[in-house]
Amino acid sequence: MASFYRTIMMNSKDNVATALDNIPAGSVVTVTCQGKEYEIEIKEIIEFGHKFAVIPIKKGEDISKYGEVIGVASKDIAIGEHVHIHNVEGKRGRGDKINENRTAMGL
Amino acid sequence: MKTEQLWGYRRSDGRVGVRNHVLILPTIVCATQAAKQVTELVHGTVSFIHQHGCAQVGVDYEQTFRTYVGMGTNPNVYGVIVMGLGCETHQGRSIAQEIAKSGKPVELVSIQDHGGTIGAIAEAARIATKMVQDASALVREPFDISELIVGTECGGSDACSGLSANPAVGYVSDMIVDKGGTVILAETTELIGAEHLLANRAVDDRVAKKVYQVIEAMEKRAIMMGVDIRTGNPSPGNRKGGLTTLEEKSLGAAAKAGTRPLQELIDYAQQPTKKGLVWMDTPGHDIEQLTGMVAGGAQVVLFTSGRGTPTGSPIAPVIKIATNTPMFEKMRENMDINAGTIIEGTESLESVGERVFHELLLTASGKLTKAEILKQYDFGIWRIGPTF
Repeated sequence: MASFYRTIMMNSKDNVATALDNIPAGSVVTVTCQGKEYEIEIKEIIEFGHKFAVIPIKKGEDISKYGEVIGVASKDIAIGEHVHIHNVEGKRGRGDKINENRTAMGL
Repeated sequence: MKTEQLWGYRRSDGRVGVRNHVLILPTIVCATQAAKQVTELVHGTVSFIHQHGCAQVGVDYEQTFRTYVGMGTNPNVYGVIVMGLGCETHQGRSIAQEIAKSGKPVELVSIQDHGGTIGAIAEAARIATKMVQDASALVREPFDISELIVGTECGGSDACSGLSANPAVGYVSDMIVDKGGTVILAETTELIGAEHLLANRAVDDRVAKKVYQVIEAMEKRAIMMGVDIRTGNPSPGNRKGGLTTLEEKSLGAAAKAGTRPLQELIDYAQQPTKKGLVWMDTPGHDIEQLTGMVAGGAQVVLFTSGRGTPTGSPIAPVIKIATNTPMFEKMRENMDINAGTIIEGTESLESVGERVFHELLLTASGKLTKAEILKQYDFGIWRIGPTF
């Protein structure tokens, strides 16, 4: 039985949705977007404004929101799991990956 | 279409101000305390504290110089008293001369030439007394929206920013552009990951190319330092609010820019040469961005926040728009408008946009913002070189 917790999915190409309420673990939520509908069991507490997976995401796969890439999965992510800094990395501005020289001017 | 008007002040260089300040402009850190004392003595004057103006060279010198001049020439300022020390690299005299080209009243007071701190404060206060009275004799007149340069900014973003307040500001941005006004989009750092969307809206290839150039330059600064840009942006508060990566934050930030063509890409603190949507190259740092836009001539700023911030400018009203209702309730004395109703589903994006536009006109006609009432006089220059 789906709960009344509100969610929003921005684009049908996305693999994550955003919680518009604090959603307790074990809740079943309905996510709808542009004709698509998902019933998802929330695996862990998802706070207001935070994201959860609407389909399984493999390590190394892109995370999509607004129909655009917002980063890459650093671990496998199951449906209903919290998607945040513990399992997603940004792909841009990654000086730590390109240049390990840590002086102020990069010299 | 109805012609909406604002009530402002025509300046001698033709620009229109929405405030009538006398600015005590300290061009060197050493004069900031004296300048602040003048504002405590004389009603109607404003100033700000900063740490710049000496031992700066090259492009960094020029950018700071341009910012000081831009603050003085902003049409919200009736007249300026430049306060210097006397021996600094950013000479008060050169800055005063540059501001004077706008035709507004400008005077120079230097601590070393006017008998030290007390003498300089007394001299500046004496001049300011007359300038404030002259300013107060001006009466507001009606002007068209096309006279406005509106800065847009988001600070203390959360996951609602890209869903409520930023798209609402985007709606207003389109309204202003369609009525012949100018809107500044800025914070280059927070457009990393969304640059392709804006480059596609550029009026020509030259502007599109510059979009990729400024993004690359900003990204290179993080790469040069050998860091993940996420250690600084998104900030800890952004992350707590649910923003995971800079790309995610950028896609939400870009919603402020509405849907109209991108006319030009200008340098920090530079005045737009085109009407319509303009991108100013600034960092994501709230105060440095705000200062750049105001120095570029913005008379009003629309500022969205999810976490809540007090940010304001000494010379330009900053209208603060909350992305969510709980923060709006918690920080009522800092926030002017609530866009959280979009999240709750009780109000449409267009309806919030209309409210923001109405508030913009009222504010441009004299209504005070919360940041002005609380005297939140923030100022900070984007430094692009070391101090020597």
